[in-house]
Amino acid sequence: MSARRLSISQPSSFELSDSANKEINKWIKKYPKDRIRSALIPALWIIQKDAGGWLPELALRKIGDMLDMAYIRVYEVATFYTMFNLKPVGVNYVQMCGTTPCWLRGSDELKVLLNRKIGEQNTLSNDGKFSWLEVECLGSCSNAPMVQISNSAGDHYYEDLTAESLENILDELVAGKQPQQGPKNGRFSSEPLGGAIALNKDLSFKINILNKLPNAEKDTRVNYYEWDPKAKRATRRGWVDPKRKANSDPKKRSGNLGRDLTAGLVDEAPDIARPKRSSNTKSKKAGK
Amino acid sequence: MSKFRKINIDGTEYEVPGEYTLMQACEEAAGAEIPRFCYHERLSVAGNCRMCLVEWVGAPKPQASCALTVNDLRPNRDGTPANIRTNSETVKKAREGVMEFLLINHPLDCPICDQGGECDLQDQAMAYGRDSARFDENKRAVDDKNMGPLVNTIMNRCIQCTRCVRFITEVAGVEEIGLASRGEDAEITTYLEQSLSSELSGNVIDLCPVGALTSKPYAFNARPWELESVESVDLMDAVGSNIRIDSRAGAVLRIMPVINDSINEEWITDKARFNWDGLSRQRLDRPYIRENGKLRVAEWDEALSLAAEKLSGDPRKIAAIVGDLCDAESMKALKDLMISLDVKNIDCRQDGMTIGSDYRESYLFNSTINGIEDSDAILIIGSNPRLEASLVNTRIRKSWLAGKTTIALVGEFCDLTYDFEHLGTKPSDVLKVSKGRSGFSKTFKEAKRPSIIIGTGILNRKDTDKILNYINILGSKSNLITAQWNGYNILHTAASRVAGLDMKFLPGDGGLGTKQIIEYSKSGHIETLFLLGADELEMSSLESTFVIYQGSHGDSGAHVADIILPGASYAEKNGIYVNLEGRVQIGMPAVNPKGQAKEDWSIIRALSGHLRKVLPYDNLDALRSKLFQDHPSFSGIGYIDKPANSNNLDVLPQKVIKALEDVPFVNPICDFYMTNPILRASNVMAECSSIADSLDMTEAAE
Repeated sequence: MSARRLSISQPSSFELSDSANKEINKWIKKYPKDRIRSALIPALWIIQKDAGGWLPELALRKIGDMLDMAYIRVYEVATFYTMFNLKPVGVNYVQMCGTTPCWLRGSDELKVLLNRKIGEQNTLSNDGKFSWLEVECLGSCSNAPMVQISNSAGDHYYEDLTAESLENILDELVAGKQPQQGPKNGRFSSEPLGGAIALNKDLSFKINILNKLPNAEKDTRVNYYEWDPKAKRATRRGWVDPKRKANSDPKKRSGNLGRDLTAGLVDEAPDIARPKRSSNTKSKKAGK
Repeated sequence: MSKFRKINIDGTEYEVPGEYTLMQACEEAAGAEIPRFCYHERLSVAGNCRMCLVEWVGAPKPQASCALTVNDLRPNRDGTPANIRTNSETVKKAREGVMEFLLINHPLDCPICDQGGECDLQDQAMAYGRDSARFDENKRAVDDKNMGPLVNTIMNRCIQCTRCVRFITEVAGVEEIGLASRGEDAEITTYLEQSLSSELSGNVIDLCPVGALTSKPYAFNARPWELESVESVDLMDAVGSNIRIDSRAGAVLRIMPVINDSINEEWITDKARFNWDGLSRQRLDRPYIRENGKLRVAEWDEALSLAAEKLSGDPRKIAAIVGDLCDAESMKALKDLMISLDVKNIDCRQDGMTIGSDYRESYLFNSTINGIEDSDAILIIGSNPRLEASLVNTRIRKSWLAGKTTIALVGEFCDLTYDFEHLGTKPSDVLKVSKGRSGFSKTFKEAKRPSIIIGTGILNRKDTDKILNYINILGSKSNLITAQWNGYNILHTAASRVAGLDMKFLPGDGGLGTKQIIEYSKSGHIETLFLLGADELEMSSLESTFVIYQGSHGDSGAHVADIILPGASYAEKNGIYVNLEGRVQIGMPAVNPKGQAKEDWSIIRALSGHLRKVLPYDNLDALRSKLFQDHPSFSGIGYIDKPANSNNLDVLPQKVIKALEDVPFVNPICDFYMTNPILRASNVMAECSSIADSLDMTEAAE
């Protein structure tokens, strides 16, 4: 990220719409009269929406006048937060999440695509219809990777993306259509990929034992240790509490839902998984 | 009062007030040295430089001592006072770490940096830093910002201590500097790089611990170790700020504040700081005599003989006026000379004010500058203290920020950097305050320590006496003057005025005051006029008069002069000055007078010889002895009389409402940067003035 500056091209005039004005005043009223500058961030946000997704210099001054504060104070806040755009954004403003979960699930591919389709981030595309920015977590980690696209229709999340699905979305936007928001891999919301199962009646019959982590290249042996207190962990080598004595009947263990989940699975190297204990503990155990 | 707490610093137990910060405790009680960059005792605590880390034994991390108070410390588990270490290995390591981070992006341009030699970062890197850096990456580069004609910025050097931001916001009261962006991109800037409009902006140069904000006029002029320093007194306003004049090879190169908690704290105004380029321009360095309408160079003897000839005429046709920058000695000498010549038309009030003939309290800033902070209701009449006495204004602002006072103004509306109630602009509005029973009148009358600040703008009106009378009536209805408090304050703008009034440099019996002298000069009744540095007069009226001008600068007085006697400026002479609160201070010479110019008192002494009325003193000490003998108030150097003297202010209620004029008050200063000959000679001040004008224009346009 480079230093954020006001855009060189600025509109010659700026008029605040009535609705935005009303909304800012609503925020101002929430604070005591000598503390109305507390409404600065919501006010900047509202005026950014009103001005087409970015903050012209005149808008900063407008906020300064409305909140009775020095322009430099407004400027400080506007330059501090990256969600305030100081340069014009495209008609469709793509914010691509590049934080760890999305990155693990392939946001780099999206980045390549966006670079190819739109151009360098934080600059307008040639036709002025797009601009994009890599941002920090947008809170949709369960549907990673994702982008948020803001345009006149509002701010929409497009989730579970691949380069292809994102390209389709962009193409639709170019064509003037508003793509359907939400996950693009077929699932609904952030439900499990295999469909909603948590409240199914015949749950015990339909449960699938997970043997492949979604992102993993090869099958993962998932071990359910009998001493695992909750027996729910999908890990290669779960943490083990050797002190705990599990019920000898796997079906009666809490969390196993009356089934023997370990049936048919071979524990490959349980000893390696266990944390090293002092010899004292071992001998005690052996004594028992 | 404050509760004392025990604290163990470096193995010794001390008892310190609980509200002390660790830094104060370590420095004041234990005498330990704590390095710091962002902390400044007159600004709010920011705690962002982390240089002042100390070890609190038992705490997991080092603590920023500027932001942690002694009250915040809990005792050790065994009940013994908390242990603070300022010299342990942890502290050393912490300081080295902080210093290494600060130096990561700091350029190594000390050899070309104006701060070099007096740089906090340089000094502390020597004392607390590592020997080398481990940072191999690129350093960040920051664009330099425009902050106007006074402050030069080299923003690569900035370490984001935010002292400048806090000073401009808190003390100067104009929010103009800010810290934009964040993290690595953080940069200090003014909004859209506009010039600073504060009259105190130069102080950010002193505050900046590195070379990011330096003095533009002084840039690349000298190194601090080449300069000779002299402590003196500032004459650009009547506050009498203590200054340090730095010079090299006979040229004044910069002026900096000297800490005086009773007067200027740690600040000086821009005109005090940057007038020095005016000291070497437009100077009168030789005597001149006007012949056939043109000035020609003359010798001292010639000029003095001619002056003596003109002054030995009819004393009723001779007059003398002294200006704003005169030292007490020269005024005393001139007064003694005029008395010996039997001249009664003398006046030290070139702005034409009519007060001063009474007891001392009637023309002083009686609450004192420190005392104004204790006042709980301040009524400002016909004044803009921000321009007339900026450092008094910062005191009022300080008190206002602390919520200790309520302020109202009768006079021209202006931005005073604090909130005030504007009660009107006319004399009758003073009467309303006096008669009122609600609002500010009520606050004022109920206040325990109310004060009235009277601008000199109301003191040269036709109805001045009446207005002062109403002020007195208001005073009698409130606690304006009690046994412990005197809130009757005249806000002078001229540095020499109080000294002049103290020595009664006023018209004698039947003598003429400034206004009449000018009138009589125009009509020809005054034939010879002696101007001692007086330039703020209506010079067009003096064309037919024989004017002897003694002063340092070729300003308006010299333009009409028939004889010019070159004097020394304040940086070139040893002189006594009295500030607006009546504090006597001595100014010291930093350089020699220019050319053939002489110290002013010695010129008058020489003139007395030519008049055969030799003044009874041959050196400055003898003159001072005479001054102290005749006017004992001058002898208490640096000292101020106890301000409260309740019996000294007459309160004579009269009912003469009709006599009040319906003319609004006018503030005496409209161009802050151009108030005296030295400032008018300065290029820097001219630039400031034009920028201030353009700012006013844009404000008016909006």
